[in-house]
Amino acid sequence: MHRAADYAKKQNDMSNSGRPLSPHLQIYRWPVTMLLSILHRMTGVFLSFGLLVLAVWLMQLAAGPEQYQAFRATMSTPIGIAMLIGWTFAFLLHLANGVRHLAWDAGYGFEKSQANSSAWAALAFAAAGTAVLWVIAL
Amino acid sequence: MSLRTPLGRVLGHGSAKEGTGHFISQRISAIALLILGAWFLSRMFSMDSFAFLEVMRFVAEPLNSVLLALLSVTLAYHSWLGVQVVIEDYVHAPALKILSLIAARFAHVFVAIVCLYAILRVGLGS
Repeated sequence: MHRAADYAKKQNDMSNSGRPLSPHLQIYRWPVTMLLSILHRMTGVFLSFGLLVLAVWLMQLAAGPEQYQAFRATMSTPIGIAMLIGWTFAFLLHLANGVRHLAWDAGYGFEKSQANSSAWAALAFAAAGTAVLWVIAL
Repeated sequence: MSLRTPLGRVLGHGSAKEGTGHFISQRISAIALLILGAWFLSRMFSMDSFAFLEVMRFVAEPLNSVLLALLSVTLAYHSWLGVQVVIEDYVHAPALKILSLIAARFAHVFVAIVCLYAILRVGLGS
C-alpha cells in the first residue's frame, strides 16, 4: 500500500478503535492537594455569587425598611441560612487556601509533606471556623 | 535595524499578553481582602439581629462606610480577575469567549457601582 494512504487509514482508525486514552480526573486517586486546588476555584466562583447577594443586601437597605425586611426574611429561611453557611465556609476556605498560595508565591511550603499538611490545615480551619461562627450565631 | 525575522524576535519571550500584571493584581487584591474580609466577617457575626435600624446604623458609621466601599470594590475586582481566568480556561469558542469576558467585566463593574451607590445613599442619609 502507498505510504500516504496507509497513514490516512491509520489516522482514520484512531477515532474509533478504542485505543487507550491518557488517564484523567476519574482515574486518579484524589490527593488532598488536588481536592483543595479544585475547591479553591469552586469556592471562588461560589463567592462571586455571594458578591451579588452583598450588593442586593446593601441596595435593599438603601431602598427602605419594607424592602429590607423582605430581603431579611428571604435570607432567614432554611435555604437562605444554608446558603449563608455555605458562603462562610467558602470564604474561610478560599481565604486559608489563598494564604497557602501566597506562601507558595514567596517560595515556601513546596515539599510534598508540607503541601499535604497545609491542605489539611486549610480544610480544618474552614470547617472549624464555620462551625464556631454559626454555633455562636444560631 | 535588525535582520532577524519577526518570529525570531519574539521567540522565547512568552505569550506577549499581560499575565504578570494579572498575577500581581490578583495577589495584591487577595492581601487587601484578607484584611477587609476578616473585618467584614467579624462585624457580620457580631451583629445583633440584622434588624433594619441596626444595619442602617452600622453602614452609616463613616469608617464602616469607607471600609464597606473598599471591600465591595476590591471584591468585585478580585472576583472579576478570577472569573476571567475561569472563562479563559473553559470557554473555547472565540466569539463566545470574548462575549463572556465582556459580560463578566460589565457585571462586575455594575455590582461594584451598585454597592457604592447603596453605601453612599445610606451613609449620606438618602
